[in-house]
Amino acid sequence: MKLRDEYRSPDLAHSLAQKIARMVTRPWTLMEVCGGQTHAIVRYGIDRLLPPTVSLVHGPGCPVCVTPVEYVDKAIELALRREIILCSFGDMLRVPGSHGDLLAVKARGADVRVVYSPLDALTIAKANPQREVMFFAVGFETTAPANAMAAYRARQEGLQNFSMLVSHVLVPPALRAILDAPTNHIQGFLAAGHVCTIMGFEEYEPIAAHYHVPIVVTGFEPVDILEGIYLCVRQLEAGRAEVENQYARSVRRAGNLPAQKMMREVFQVRPRRWRGLGDIGESGLGLAETYAELDAERRFGQVDLNDEQSEDCMSGLVLRGERKPTECPAFGGRCTPEHPLGVTMVSTEGACAAYYRYGRLRVESKS
Amino acid sequence: MCLAVPGRVLSLSEGDVLMRVGRVDFGGLVKEINFAYAPEARVGDHVLVHVGFAITVIDETEAARILDHLRKIDELSQ
Ligand code: SF4
Repeated sequence: MKLRDEYRSPDLAHSLAQKIARMVTRPWTLMEVCGGQTHAIVRYGIDRLLPPTVSLVHGPGCPVCVTPVEYVDKAIELALRREIILCSFGDMLRVPGSHGDLLAVKARGADVRVVYSPLDALTIAKANPQREVMFFAVGFETTAPANAMAAYRARQEGLQNFSMLVSHVLVPPALRAILDAPTNHIQGFLAAGHVCTIMGFEEYEPIAAHYHVPIVVTGFEPVDILEGIYLCVRQLEAGRAEVENQYARSVRRAGNLPAQKMMREVFQVRPRRWRGLGDIGESGLGLAETYAELDAERRFGQVDLNDEQSEDCMSGLVLRGERKPTECPAFGGRCTPEHPLGVTMVSTEGACAAYYRYGRLRVESKS
Repeated sequence: MCLAVPGRVLSLSEGDVLMRVGRVDFGGLVKEINFAYAPEARVGDHVLVHVGFAITVIDETEAARILDHLRKIDELSQ
């Protein structure tokens, strides 16, 4: 697509980087929320185009990375049952549970199927009426309407053998949690363009005002990201803290209303635990009471959340933007995408995996 | 995970909005996509697709306007 090439234009990217460099008078720290943006930033070396005074830290915006290990364990436990077909998006398969991952149980003969769309899981359920089909529903607001549609259709069609293990998370409560942390040093956010395509950006306005942080809704191409940074730094330099929309070709103020309506029909806001961030009230979605019969936890037993174990890695700090992957002693040595110690090395949107893939080198930790 | 890919709408089904599907061309690869969340989409539009659902119609006038604007600033600053 021609448009996409233009938003990748190196000339425009460089001129934006120069504009940013000419404008800054002080150091600023910005966080890009979405893992897709982290990936693009490292891939295109956008952070290296910026003046040293502007630093980007990587946010918690990878749903796979923030899913608590107990949900992965539950999915593995269920996948091992003969009557169950477990359907999941591909990126969940290599996430380490307490003992192994879904890919390993699949290799041992469990019926684990990767689906492109949640509606594919419905098709599998219809084709296998004698088996139980369970869909592992993770994601942010971007994915919630699609997963909601699967639940809606299953109920409409009276499918008895379909259920969902739901671990959905919402972005605004995570931003609040990051800003509330006493160690917070983030001064501005690039908000996730596709989350806002669904939700719009009105819910970010009280956050920008209350914490006095600029929030710029930003797209995913290099020119998008650099323009997002430019708008954010321009606000910081002027002492403004507003919500701006860099990604207007996709994001409208009120968001996608039919999608929001379906989310409200099927899901309810719930407290959630985030891997790396801990418990955050009202920060996720679960099935509404009217859809309780589709809840895999009701059908096959509750997921027990244990106390967060200290992991043998810094991924919690990485997810909160407090450490760069290259500051981790295990990075690239004991921990690689082939042998990941932590979840941010597994998912292609995890910051550690992005740094490894694009050849960033380990540095000595500052602490 | 929130990856959304742009494609061009080749055809759309009639009938119930929630059940509407269409064929979308992703640079040569054609897939059947759900249009429940993009009721305003028309054949020929570019849409962003996420896990089998069209989630928005790309506003190409807006996209071109921004690029134009960025280019102008670029020239002014040379
Ligand atoms: S490099 Fe590996 S061990 Fe270190 S924080 Fe990242 S995932 Fe954890």
